[in-house]
Parts: sequence; structure tokens; C-alpha cells
Amino acid sequence: MDRALRILAPIAIGVVFLAAWEGVVRLKGIPPYILPAPSAVAMSLWVDGPSLMGSLLVTLRITLAALAAAAFFGGALALLFSRSRILELSLFPYAVILQVTPIVAIAPLIIIWVRQPFLALLVCAWIVAFFPIVSNTTVGLNSADRNLLALFRLYGASPGQVLLYLRLPTALPYFLAGLRISGGLALIGAVVAEFVAGTGGAETGLAFRILEAGYRLAIPRLFAALFLLSLTGIVIYLLLDLLSRRLLRHWHESAVSEEEEE
Amino acid sequence: MTKRFASGLEALGGVDLAIARGEFLSILGPSGCGKSTLLRIVAGLSKPTGGSCRLRLGGRAEPSLPAGHIGFVFQDPTLMPWSTVAANVELPFRIARRGRIAGRVRSAERDRAAASLAAVGLAGFERSYPHQLSGGMRMRVSIARALVTGPDLLLLDEPFAALDEITRHALNDDLLRLWDANRPTILFVTHSVFESVYLSTRIAVMAPRPGRIVADLTVDLPQPRDRSVRTGPAYAAMCETVSAALAAAMAPR
Repeated sequence: MDRALRILAPIAIGVVFLAAWEGVVRLKGIPPYILPAPSAVAMSLWVDGPSLMGSLLVTLRITLAALAAAAFFGGALALLFSRSRILELSLFPYAVILQVTPIVAIAPLIIIWVRQPFLALLVCAWIVAFFPIVSNTTVGLNSADRNLLALFRLYGASPGQVLLYLRLPTALPYFLAGLRISGGLALIGAVVAEFVAGTGGAETGLAFRILEAGYRLAIPRLFAALFLLSLTGIVIYLLLDLLSRRLLRHWHESAVSEEEEE
Repeated sequence: MTKRFASGLEALGGVDLAIARGEFLSILGPSGCGKSTLLRIVAGLSKPTGGSCRLRLGGRAEPSLPAGHIGFVFQDPTLMPWSTVAANVELPFRIARRGRIAGRVRSAERDRAAASLAAVGLAGFERSYPHQLSGGMRMRVSIARALVTGPDLLLLDEPFAALDEITRHALNDDLLRLWDANRPTILFVTHSVFESVYLSTRIAVMAPRPGRIVADLTVDLPQPRDRSVRTGPAYAAMCETVSAALAAAMAPR
């Protein structure tokens, strides 16, 4: 019942919203270059679909590469921070600076400095995506239960054992929470970088198609591209959420289903 | 032995205590009297700022015992939520296999873990995860883990304080039975007069600020004990004596 509601309720809202949108556009005769009707967007999605899909693939490649790099370097950096307090104290502020600097402002520089277009976009998306993973995982690695730490000491555990058996499992839910945030951010980072880069490279991502459609007043296509973009974001989130639930299903509060609880 | 924290707080001010092998000693006192600090020093998890703590296994008295000779039970079950009950109990063996970092537990060790779980009445729960168990069962897992290496010294830090009374009585009896079976030396920190009288052969009453031992009482009740002890006059008299000692400890000097 609850499960069905969870799926049906948002769908119902969506259908009502789209119907109202369609109705308003038709009744008021709003021209498509101001606001295209959903039917026009769907039409464009059908016609331009194949070419948009190609662009989506370009953007998706940058997003996934950036996310993978963020997961890897973010995790490694967090591991380094947890091993050395000095390193954490001296480097963490710079990670924060990188995080709070608007990517739009530094993207042009990165695109000039990094000559290879794919790599330049990757770096931009990575800068946006890596911080949640670093900060979350660092917190996770340092939140091992104090009594469990004492127990490990009592049994003479080596630092490697403490890391492997205690700190890493403790950090896993934190890392996964960071990863879920970073998934969306990587996509945003990739899109922003593409916006700034313009035609920069030989391949054109979805963001460029949005810009292009805007210039040509092909607003239905712009909406179609936007739709694909949000759909991609949702799919990335759902996949990461699924991964997180799979990995934590036996033990973590966030993943243990209610029936299993006593 | 004394202990002063970096903050300047004097947790232990001159504690002098000798514990005989096979004794069940309760350390009784109000919160903040340094009971847990004392226990942590005995476990080697904390160092005294003055004096020393020595443990004798066979010949010479050493500041600490080799890993596996001391079992520790915390106030919380302190289990790894991502591991099964069996893996939690096998942890001391897993750590002992330092050669290979992800060393597998030998089948003999697996059997000992199963036996230890059976001893606390949790046979058949090996594959469960801690979140699937009740609070009392989790505490039993924690006790099974402390016992799995066959320790000579068992340290318990208010292990039953967070449990309801029914579970607490059941675990009291379990603990007595386990002590009777192997006779490890037990140091049991508690703030319950009744619990300390029921369980121990000797009670050290502590007073706070600075933590010190103000009374050292021998509990002269028949062994082995069962629930009938709780209703006898000797038990009541002993509880009264201990309560009086505790009240004196709490009184401002």
C-alpha cells in the first residue's frame, strides 16, 4: 500500500501538472518559442532523440569519469587525512576553498590550462563533485566507536587491522552518502563546464545542445534536452541509492527495512 | 596508584588494591568516582600517572598480559553492526592472526566461538546481525566475545546498567554460572548494591573526588549462588552493610 503510494502519488502529480501545462498553452495560444506544450517537447524528443542521445552520451561520459575520479581521489584523500592530522589540518582548508569557489568562474581558466577538452571538462566536474566525498569520508573514518577502538587495542590489533576491520566499515555509510550527493554534483559540474566551454571540443555534450537550441529559438528541443538531463540525474541518484542499500542492507539504520526491525 | 587527567581532574587518588586469582570483585561506587578509570588502567588501556598496576599470570608480575588473557565488557554491547554475531565473537581470533591481514579464522576457533555463544544461550544466532537482536541478547554476544579466548581476567564495566531488571537478573545468573565454570578473576564495576552483593565474593566501595577505596568487604554468602540467595536474611544484612558503606562514601567530608 505504502509502496504503491510512493510510486503512484508522484506520477499522478506529474500527469496533472503536464495536463494543466498542455491545457494552458493550448487555451491561451502561447507560442512554442515562449513555452512549448509538453506534446511539442515529446515530439521534439522523438524527432531529435537520436542526436540528443549522442550528446547525452558525451555528457554522461564526463559525469561518470568525474564521479569515479571523485570517489577514488576523495576516498584516498580522506584516508590520508585520517592517517595524518597535520595533513588534514593543512590541506582541508584548501579543499574547502576549491569547493566554495564558483566553478563558473574558474572553468574558463581550467579550459585554457588543460588543453585536452575532455580532460578539462573532467577536471571541472571533478572539482564540483569531490568535496562531499572527502568531507563525509573523513568524518566517517574518524567516527569509529571509542569502545571498539579500545577493544581492538586490548586484543593487540595493528593499525592496518583497525583500518580494515573497524575504520573502513564505519566510514562506508558516510562515503556512500557523499557519493550520492556527488553523483548529482558531477552532472551539474559537467553541464556547467560544457556551458563555459561552448563548442570547445569536437564532440558536443547536452549542455551545448541546450545553448544551441536557445540561440535558434528551438525551445521544444531545449526542453527535450533539459528533460533528458534531469532524467539522467534521477537515474544516477537511483543507481547510487540502490548501491548504497545493497551494501548496507544488513546493518545500517538507513538501509534496514522496518519489517526487519523488532 | 593515582590517575590525573590532562584537564587536572584527579580521577584516582591513591588506590591500593590487591586482587587474588579467581576472585569475583565488585567495584561499587557512585558515578564519577573513577571506577571505570580503574578498570581501564587494569586493562592497560590507560596508564596511571602515579604508581603501577601489575598482573601476574604465572611467574613474574607484568604491567600487562598478552592479548587474549583479558576480556572486557563495556556498558554498551559495543558490537560491529556490519558483522554477524559469529564474526563479532571471532574478532579476537581474527585480530590475533596478524600475519595475514584478512586472515581467516581457523575451524577450531570457529568452534570455540560457537561454544562461547552457546554458553550465553545464543546457539543458533551465529548468522544474525546485531540489529536483529534485543538489548539483552546483544549484551550476551558481548560477553561471549569477552569469554571466547578463555581469559584469566574478565573486566566488566557496568555491563547491565542499561538493561531492564528481568534481563538483568537473568544475565546475573548467567555470569555467575560462567564464572563458576572456569573461575576467571572478575572485576565487576557497578553502581548497584544488590547486584554487587549477589554476584561477588568481595566488594570494594569507592568514593569520588578523588577516586579512592573506602571500604573493602568480603561477601560471605554460600556458593554457588542462585535466586534463593536473594530472599535470605544473610543477603539482606550484607546489602545493608554495603549500603551503609556506600552512604558513608557519598557523605561530604
